[in-house]
Amino acid sequence: MSKVISVAGLRKSYGSNSAVDGLDLEIEQGEIFALLGPNGAGKTTTVEILEGFRDRDAGQVRVLDFDPATKGSAGQQWRDRIGIVLQSTQDAGDLTVYESVSHFATYYENPKDPREVIELVGLTDKSDALARTLSGGQRRRLDVALGIIGNPELIFLDEPTTGFDPEARRAFWSLIRKLRDEGATILLTTHYLDEAEALADRVAVINRGKIIEVSTPDQLGGRATSLATVSWRDGAEIRTEKSANPTALVNSLAQQYGGDIPELNVRRASLEDIYLEMIGGTDE
Amino acid sequence: MSKPTALSIGMQRGRLEIKQFIRQRESVVFTLLFPLILLAIFGSVFSNSIAKGVTFSQYFVAGMIASGMVNTGFQQLAIMIPMERDFGTLKRLRGTPMPASSYFIGKAILVTLSMIIQVFLLLAAGVIFFGVNLPTSAHKWLLLLALLVLGSACSTVLGIAFSNVPKSGRGASAVVSPVVIVLQFFSGVFFVFTQLPHWMQSVAAIFPLKWMTQGARSVFLPDSFATREVAGNWETGRTFAIIGAWLVVGLIWAIRSFKWERD
Repeated sequence: MSKVISVAGLRKSYGSNSAVDGLDLEIEQGEIFALLGPNGAGKTTTVEILEGFRDRDAGQVRVLDFDPATKGSAGQQWRDRIGIVLQSTQDAGDLTVYESVSHFATYYENPKDPREVIELVGLTDKSDALARTLSGGQRRRLDVALGIIGNPELIFLDEPTTGFDPEARRAFWSLIRKLRDEGATILLTTHYLDEAEALADRVAVINRGKIIEVSTPDQLGGRATSLATVSWRDGAEIRTEKSANPTALVNSLAQQYGGDIPELNVRRASLEDIYLEMIGGTDE
Repeated sequence: MSKPTALSIGMQRGRLEIKQFIRQRESVVFTLLFPLILLAIFGSVFSNSIAKGVTFSQYFVAGMIASGMVNTGFQQLAIMIPMERDFGTLKRLRGTPMPASSYFIGKAILVTLSMIIQVFLLLAAGVIFFGVNLPTSAHKWLLLLALLVLGSACSTVLGIAFSNVPKSGRGASAVVSPVVIVLQFFSGVFFVFTQLPHWMQSVAAIFPLKWMTQGARSVFLPDSFATREVAGNWETGRTFAIIGAWLVVGLIWAIRSFKWERD
């Protein structure tokens, strides 16, 4: 598989504060890749360097086989192939959904059909509504429509579902999967671990300007082989035990209680547990 | 589909800018109606003549047309662009293949259209309500056209350049409007320029608005009035040279300082 993004030894400091400190990263074509990390870990700086918004101090960066720091018309041709969905914006409130989407289509060489894109993000019945009358979730879907109208090979999604209700998030996730299935590569940054788990083919955890680990969501941090937590009620108290073999433990408990184990709960480490452990328990 | 050009995208942006402008009622009122309100007030308060055949309204309309270039270019853009920067409009555009020049072409189209409407409204109101005389010679109309083109271009690039000065979109109006109002007082828009204190005249002579108003007077006032100007004549060459110099300064300043994102 070809590399859509490849980064080696990336460095960027602001004054004496080193935001990205020797970061390596490779993203394959056609995958949804989630970048996780606490605020201030270097996530935004890294993504903005990949998007060509920021210059780097050192390191190799190739995005669609192009150096995003390149200025001039070559950069414009490269931008024709990427789509960027920034964190929430509130611009162009006085334009309708259709006006904005069809206008952005004029920027690109081979845009998608504006009506189809609006349909894809589920805004067809809001086509003629002014953007400022949209709800938060609808507004976000308009942002996505503007990000994908150019038929991009690579899509950057920054915190795409902040402020969504659970139903809207699920609808949004299936939209992202649809884009991946159409062949786009997606780099996602998110604060929601369940979102990374539901969507991402691979996740990377970034902390203090470095990648700590890259893995599939179910393997991250030895999650698949981590101990399970078994808890149950024993008289007045809840007892908890960590076990490498929870089935055996549950079996012996079942015999001990003669069938039903009061308030039995068996839990594998969640992605969030693993993640918090990896970044040192401070999600700030 | 063929590759879109910077100009064709710029024209599309111009259309969009105008659509948004019309849909924001505040901006329509602020940019287009406010000068008419001022004309109504000043034209009614000062109904005297300031020279033979020159009413205050005639003098004031010339000044307001010059101000119109500053309002629709400098003031409008220096307030609007910081807001677009805060809203993320500019960053979003930066992430697309849209050429930067298309954005500025769109703004120039917006400025041109709103300037034409403003000049037309001022002239119409002046003629209908305050007996303002329009120029009668083709030469004067051509001079007006040249002044509007150069003056608006100058005002537009200075507005783009100055858009980096306000620290936020919300505060932009508070930073930009006083600059414009003070310049209007200093440049002989609200009062007869030669009656202002000398130091005020000297300060005003540094900035383009003074020269725009003087240029507009050379169009709307009879040539006999020229002897009452500071230099004793219209200084047409000098007027265009100084506005042109500010155009160049503004262009360099804008290109060097323009930012697509708030730091």
